[in-house]
Amino acid sequence: MQKKTRLFVAGLLSSTFITGTAFAGGTHPTTGEPLADDQTFIYRVLDEHTSVDPQVVEDVSGSEIVRDLFEGLMNQDADGNLVPGVATGYTANEDNTVYTFTLRDNAKWSNGDPVTASDFVFAWQRAASPELASAYQWYIELMSIENASAVIAGDKPLDALGVKALDDLTFEVTLSAPLPYFPQMTTHSTTFPAPQKVVEMHGDAWIKPENIVSNGAYVLTEHLPQERSTRERNTMYWDNDATIIDKVVALVINDENVALTRYMAGELDRTEMPAGQFPRMSKEHPEEAISFPRLCSYYYTFNLSDSGPEEFKDVRVRKALALTVDRKIITENVMAGGQTEAFSFAPVATAGFEPPEAKMASMSQAERDAMAVELLAEAGFGKDNPLKFNMMYNTSEGHKKIAVAMSQMWKQKLGVEVELSNQEWKVFLETRGNQDFELARGAWCGDYNEASTFLDLMDSESGYNDGKFESARVDELLASAKTSGDTTPLYTEVEQIIANEVPIIPIYHYAGVYMMDSDVGNWPVNNVQQNWYSKDLYKIAE
Amino acid sequence: MFAKSQKAQDLAEDVASESVVKGRSLMRDAWLRFIQNKAAMGCSFVLGMVILFVIIGPLFAVWNHEEIDWATMGDVRGLGYPSIESGHFFGVDDLGRDLFSRTIQATQTSLLVGLIGAAMALCVGTLYGVTAGYFGGRLDTAMMAFVDILLAIPTTLIIILILVVAGKSFITLFLALGAVSWLTMSRIVRGQTLALKSREFIEAARAGGVSDTAIVTRHIVPNLAGVVIVYASILVPDMILAESFISFLGLGISEPNTSLGALIAEGAGTMAYGTLWQLLFPLFFYVTIIITMFFIGDGLRDALDPKDR
Amino acid sequence: MLSYIIRRLLVAIPTILLLIIACFFLMHFAPGGPFTSERPPPPAVLANLEARYGLDQPLWKQLWDYVTNIVLHFDFGPSFKFKDRDVNDIIAQGFPISLTYGFLSFLAASSVGIVLGCVAAIRHNTWIDYFTVSLGIAAQALPNFIMGPILILTFTLWLGLLPGGGWNGGQWQYLVMPVIALSTSYMGSISRITRSSMLEVLNSNFIRTARAKGLPARTIIWRHALKPTMMPVMSYLGPVFVYVLTGSVFVDIYFSTGGLGQAFVGSALSRDYSVLLGVTILYGVLTVVVNLLTDLAYAWLDPKIRY
Repeated sequence: MQKKTRLFVAGLLSSTFITGTAFAGGTHPTTGEPLADDQTFIYRVLDEHTSVDPQVVEDVSGSEIVRDLFEGLMNQDADGNLVPGVATGYTANEDNTVYTFTLRDNAKWSNGDPVTASDFVFAWQRAASPELASAYQWYIELMSIENASAVIAGDKPLDALGVKALDDLTFEVTLSAPLPYFPQMTTHSTTFPAPQKVVEMHGDAWIKPENIVSNGAYVLTEHLPQERSTRERNTMYWDNDATIIDKVVALVINDENVALTRYMAGELDRTEMPAGQFPRMSKEHPEEAISFPRLCSYYYTFNLSDSGPEEFKDVRVRKALALTVDRKIITENVMAGGQTEAFSFAPVATAGFEPPEAKMASMSQAERDAMAVELLAEAGFGKDNPLKFNMMYNTSEGHKKIAVAMSQMWKQKLGVEVELSNQEWKVFLETRGNQDFELARGAWCGDYNEASTFLDLMDSESGYNDGKFESARVDELLASAKTSGDTTPLYTEVEQIIANEVPIIPIYHYAGVYMMDSDVGNWPVNNVQQNWYSKDLYKIAE
Repeated sequence: MFAKSQKAQDLAEDVASESVVKGRSLMRDAWLRFIQNKAAMGCSFVLGMVILFVIIGPLFAVWNHEEIDWATMGDVRGLGYPSIESGHFFGVDDLGRDLFSRTIQATQTSLLVGLIGAAMALCVGTLYGVTAGYFGGRLDTAMMAFVDILLAIPTTLIIILILVVAGKSFITLFLALGAVSWLTMSRIVRGQTLALKSREFIEAARAGGVSDTAIVTRHIVPNLAGVVIVYASILVPDMILAESFISFLGLGISEPNTSLGALIAEGAGTMAYGTLWQLLFPLFFYVTIIITMFFIGDGLRDALDPKDR
Repeated sequence: MLSYIIRRLLVAIPTILLLIIACFFLMHFAPGGPFTSERPPPPAVLANLEARYGLDQPLWKQLWDYVTNIVLHFDFGPSFKFKDRDVNDIIAQGFPISLTYGFLSFLAASSVGIVLGCVAAIRHNTWIDYFTVSLGIAAQALPNFIMGPILILTFTLWLGLLPGGGWNGGQWQYLVMPVIALSTSYMGSISRITRSSMLEVLNSNFIRTARAKGLPARTIIWRHALKPTMMPVMSYLGPVFVYVLTGSVFVDIYFSTGGLGQAFVGSALSRDYSVLLGVTILYGVLTVVVNLLTDLAYAWLDPKIRY
């Protein structure tokens, strides 16, 4: 890797550098690797984050910052397992409707105040408050907290929400329905505490670097919109002694190719790989090109509502189209970044999920194609009566490539005539949400590591079910999964129905594909949600 | 009574048979000046070659512009380079589609965008400008105030909004480009019309009882032709440049169709990855068209508006 | 003169007002809104959001509140996307950046362009002329957005001379590439316009007279030819000035400068109504002011024009 321009970046960073850290120049306490003197981690973000307010943040780049600045009840380790955060542990009553969290007594805000249960009560009420109007109010509803819907709608006061501080260090949550995976949900930024005094003093401006008070391993020291944001070690953090990285810088670089160029010039420690570049980069820089599975699915959804085309009401047509998509070409030639072929909606990597034995997955592509031709002929389409439809995706280089490849597969193998239309993001969402499409792109990332975060989309009542797929059996299975102790067979059956009915065409499951400087230690590649914490990283001396 | 002279009689006969005084019209003069301009003629020739290439190029193409070459798509860098053997004379794009056919298709789009965009500006701008200028008074003030307001709205905003509201197709693209380009044209035309209106020959026509419509169509518009054609020729490369900017924002025309701007934007993204042909071929055609249009525009101006030199 | 300026400014007020109204309705006409998202919020949440930002009011009321807030408090409203910032913040942060690199680009483009154009005209039909003309045409014909990646590859990756992006308070290392990228195509067109204008002036009668009187070439060019040459150049520079100060979205995208160009296009795409309107108004005001300045400069250059 070239290091020429490092000089500039290093120069600008060292100007605000905090000196006197325990680890600089030493060795890592558990692995024994030599640590670099400069423990600064610089990474690229695609877009400016919209907020670092834990209750308001909704984008990925903002959540990454919030996870460093604030600490919730529970954290995730490098494998995505639950580990204590501000809470040292929790107990649940026998039907999983009341959870009691015990907080550690040494957790502090960056201004020295202790973190108490009332900070969580304030934050959770704040998240539900109609006045703050956070777009993530739905998350409070999703957590099934008692009275959540009524509080959000403004029908009940904030203190009716089922959260209570029994004492300074005991936080109790009452749920309206049993939720076995509730503790998993407390790793999400919406549930992080907020400092009441500071929020009330500064209003919306409390998250500006000059005002912010946080309880995580880092504090926000600089924010230059559309350029960069910087967070630095929080000396008040209870586990500050174990933190190795001193400083984390997020650089906003909109163009992925420029980001890669700047990475190659040594300005960044991490950047996303542009589609199709992974094979070349892993050949040239095997140490730095990394790829690992993520909890996201890429799919196309049929419009099965009344406004959808008549042709798609025939399951044979849907099946034929799904069979013909050569996922291998898309994962290996188009994306080429270690993505996996998808034959189920929920990714195989999802915890407690077993995909059904799909006939399709075990067939060769030639067999699938032959079967598709047959099915389509049965449905009454052929050379003299070609199937025609419109497929819609939102404007992006990557989506375009996949859509073009799919349309060509259909055209060449089935003689299907596909019209491609790409729409700008907001228009796309509006059109898709209004069922004003025939076949539309979709993608979904899990909010938590459990198959329901995906499969709930297939519920006929779901607000995200844009294809309007309806199956009484699926609704029933999903409802019983909410309270069941063993959900695995239920989810498998839902996937079996999806495989038979083909309301969507799963294309691939995402991979995190990065160029990551080889001196970055402990990147959590096994955390499928990619909830990473800078405090767990370190820089190895080169 | 006047005596009928032989001379006068001959002249009358000549006039009747239109053989002697062959009028040299303004347009013919301009044409003669234009063909004497070497740069403009050279560029017209080159542009003609480009157009010829666009027309007969597809006859030689082995692949069409949307077909994916599945064998090369996996290793575009290693297999997709320009080659006669593989039939990909200009190489392939990132998806393994033939760049030769795509460049031809893109050139067609860009030329169409340039010509139709400029033509729209020409029609709307002339109509608007002549109306405002000829009828004058309050109507003129109101119409020009409207143009001034539109001119103060950033072009990018108008283009984005039109493309966002109306969806993407050739027609909306032309609409979007036409919508922003007629404004300046209308101001120029109005200015010229104002100047023409007070000229003697118009006053004479009016005194002779010629109707407003006839004055505008028979006397004003033909006299505007020079300025309008010159400005339109300048607009053509502007339109092509504007389209490339739209493509850069990802709001250009829909796949599998493409434009030079879109191809260049794609090629520029991948230029560091060893597939430079993806940038160079479309860029060559783009630059050629723009440069030839510049010189043809200059030539037209010299030819049609000699006092400007 | 003063009364002319005042009259022009008075006309500007209704123009800007109409501009606000036109943009406001155009914007609301576009499909999708600021809260359209991949995870559409439940109706109750959406209602809260709309109430918070006043989007539940009828359109005319929203427009009225918006305009009165501007007039009374100079408040352009909150951003719908960036929760901790309002439009005033965003403009205050982005405009100085756009202004800095835009103004420098304008200076670079006009000074280099004018000098090249004059030199080419004075050395008409020599290799210098041909060279400058081809350079100018090439600069103008290249789509300006490909300059970004080319510059970053060259100066950051291969030569290692300059940082690949960022603003960093406008230190010179961070300014070089944005200014080159933005000014190149204007430089090309300015040099071409200057050249042809200068040629025309040099062929005109009063220059011939001056030559005949035996004035030295330097005096002819500096004292007599330059001013009339600038007339058509001025009318081109005016719009370029506005454009360069504001419309440099590709510079912001490639060089992460954080200017208003990106804020503007980004707000249009994310339906951040208030930011979009705020920036549009800024552009509108700039356009009006620069047009006025151009006209005044005209009067200065051409003594025949009197206002």
